[in-house]
Amino acid sequence: MVEVTLWGSLGRAAGGTSTLDIEAKDIRELFRKLGEQHPGLQPWIDRGIAVSIDGTIYRDTWSKELPQDAEIFLLPRLAGG
Amino acid sequence: MNFDPRYSARNFTAVGTRPVRPDGIDKVTGRARYGADFNMAGQLVGRILRSPHAHARIRKIDTSKAEKLPGVKAVITAADLPDFTNGDAAMYDILDNCMARKKALYDGHAVAAVAAIDARTARQALKLIEVDYEVLAHVTDVDEAMKHGAPLINDAVFTEGLDEKPVKPSNVTKRSQFGHGDVHAGFGHADFVVERSFRTEQTHQGYIEPHACVASANADGTADLWVCTQGHFVYRQHCAQLLGMDASKLRVTSSEIGGGFGGKTHVWAEPVALALSRKAGRPVKLVMTRDEVFRASGPTSATSIDVRIGARKDGTITAAEATLRYSCGPYAGSWAEVGAMTAFACYKLENVKTVGYEVLVNRPKTAAYRAPSAPMAAFAVESAIDELAKQVGMDPVDFRIKNAAQEGTRSSYGPVYGPIGIGPTLEAVKNHPHMKAPLGKNQGRGMACGFWFNFGGQTCTDLNIGMDGSVSLAVGTIDVGGSRASLSLIAAEELGIAYEHVKAVVADTSSLGYNDMTDGSRGTFSTSMATISAARNAIRTLRERAAQMWDISVDDVAWEHGHAVAKGEKHGNLGKLSLKEIAAASGTTGGPIAGHSELVADGAGVSFATHICDIEVDPETGATRVLRYTVVQDAGKAVHPTYVEGQYQGGAAQGIGWALNEEYIYGKDGRLQNPGFLDYRIPVCSDLPMIDTQILEIPNPNHPYGVRGVGETSIVPPLAAIANALSNAAGVRMTHIPMSPPRVLAALEAAREG
Repeated sequence: MVEVTLWGSLGRAAGGTSTLDIEAKDIRELFRKLGEQHPGLQPWIDRGIAVSIDGTIYRDTWSKELPQDAEIFLLPRLAGG
Repeated sequence: MNFDPRYSARNFTAVGTRPVRPDGIDKVTGRARYGADFNMAGQLVGRILRSPHAHARIRKIDTSKAEKLPGVKAVITAADLPDFTNGDAAMYDILDNCMARKKALYDGHAVAAVAAIDARTARQALKLIEVDYEVLAHVTDVDEAMKHGAPLINDAVFTEGLDEKPVKPSNVTKRSQFGHGDVHAGFGHADFVVERSFRTEQTHQGYIEPHACVASANADGTADLWVCTQGHFVYRQHCAQLLGMDASKLRVTSSEIGGGFGGKTHVWAEPVALALSRKAGRPVKLVMTRDEVFRASGPTSATSIDVRIGARKDGTITAAEATLRYSCGPYAGSWAEVGAMTAFACYKLENVKTVGYEVLVNRPKTAAYRAPSAPMAAFAVESAIDELAKQVGMDPVDFRIKNAAQEGTRSSYGPVYGPIGIGPTLEAVKNHPHMKAPLGKNQGRGMACGFWFNFGGQTCTDLNIGMDGSVSLAVGTIDVGGSRASLSLIAAEELGIAYEHVKAVVADTSSLGYNDMTDGSRGTFSTSMATISAARNAIRTLRERAAQMWDISVDDVAWEHGHAVAKGEKHGNLGKLSLKEIAAASGTTGGPIAGHSELVADGAGVSFATHICDIEVDPETGATRVLRYTVVQDAGKAVHPTYVEGQYQGGAAQGIGWALNEEYIYGKDGRLQNPGFLDYRIPVCSDLPMIDTQILEIPNPNHPYGVRGVGETSIVPPLAAIANALSNAAGVRMTHIPMSPPRVLAALEAAREG
């Protein structure tokens, strides 16, 4: 079980919560379970969410493992210039 | 990804040197081939008809007269670009932006296009196309567009991110929010509070090379596109999707690029050129004029930002909040969201809140511009920080050092930071001789900090070793800032050979797997990771071939300084085998030797910079001159330090232009008044001092050599650094970018009048 913190707008989409406890071993499973347990988040997942693990932001490595004691923070998936 | 990207310290031989850039001679002698330099036999000239109205419903387009003009081979409208986007809203916006479908949404919006045997005929044909417009009320100002009763740009847009689902459409597409703590309580603990509103005007990336392409659609459904772009694989994906093609049937070859800075991450003319070629059955060359580039490519957002920051007498910031309104053009974007994330990222804040509003206006579709959205937010925040330092009575550098984020700080956008470089850049600035240099009359000094995320992404690279031992490196990321030299250095470093024996090229889309575009400061970061991976794969093969040549186990073969070395006492009589010797024997040891890599580079690591600026203001005219400018930034590891310095200087130069002169000026009719470099003034060499740089190297733990992206962060601090310098020089706080002479003079006169 990992605790996942949502950024402000995503928290609203999840029903007004800022954290969720999810049983997930990696980013792929996290997104799958987020979508299953909170269907309101699926459009956000489809649009793109980045995952910060202990401050390092992962945008595409969905196989990245989620350590039990890590800080998991969800962020919008951004683009650069 | 079978590749360990973790940093390990090492002594470099090639990396960190400054060889002559491989593309330099071609570029300075005019031999380099840019987008408009490509030609095909029998090619036609493409031209686009653009809306003169900021907002108008297209009732009817009659192309019959144009089609009858001798020499015209094709005329297209939106009807020739059917909707293949399959519910993908972002792609539909790109389709509509390439060719207006129901409404023209800004001055310059494409409504039709022709392909003709020459430019004169094409221009004549455009004049013969009759468009029946119903002109609608328009809005170009970001604040006006948010007001009740403003002309609605898209009545299907309802604001996302509100507590209650809106019942009426709006020009605000999205509200986003970030932060933590309790800002209300935080302000209650403040002894000093600064509260100000700021504006920044819309700017263009100002790349010297306009958008240009040659499209050739073939009768068998395949097509070729030669184009100037920051991402030819992305262009292929977008063009193929918009034209209903398989991506594999469209080969895109990129040209040299005369600047992009985020502006060449989108397709505009390319799908139109392909559609024209498909209809005409001949190649079509389409080159945008400067007027078209300004009116109809992708400038940055115009912004309106409110900032409030409070601090105790001891200089500790107790609370900070900002409301950021960013224009998106007529299509939804996430520009304010990024501004809201980056605004306070430099600081350690217990209580922080940022709110962003994405606002539709009748201007061109906003595109990325180097650390998109961050410079405007930094301008507002760093201006207020400077003013707050003054109120507290602290030196602005010391005030920032006291409040700077550090490892373990919860960032304003959410996560807790790992090791970061804001502190070291501030310490370097504090100790820099620039900060102690004397100033004269009417001169002022300012400094400011900046933050950018940096990204990685999908990357694919091939490394081929020739029979003579020289190395060809094929990469899929466009070289916008010297990456071919940097990547050659990386390959040379890893293989243990001389830089001169490596030749890097940007391969076309049929030669490599997909690569994300060169954006997010990812080019060298990502592709160097893939190059290291490819080189290590090639080294494994080289060891195997050496083992064959020696008839020993590969486990007994190591790779050291460009040579295979047999390890163990039983092989003590074997000499080294060079890469060249192994390559020469490759025909009989298993064939060509190559290394391939495909990976997703993540963990780019956030980036910080601090800039210092000295400026002189003429109180009679409001004219300004930047006297001295210094950039301090963390590069992780500077692969080719000259290129890194060039990125720092380039970002600062663009920031100086943005801060002092550049702005889109719209008339009341909603038309752009200054679509040319005479009236939209970017800085030239004579406007700028030598921009000094100081590279800090704090290794990125998520790259084998410690590399970070360096291309974007350098444009984040200049707006604020210059505004702080000018405010100090003029004795009046400047809150509106650009600080052009009329605006400075007006501020001075207002201050004199009290």
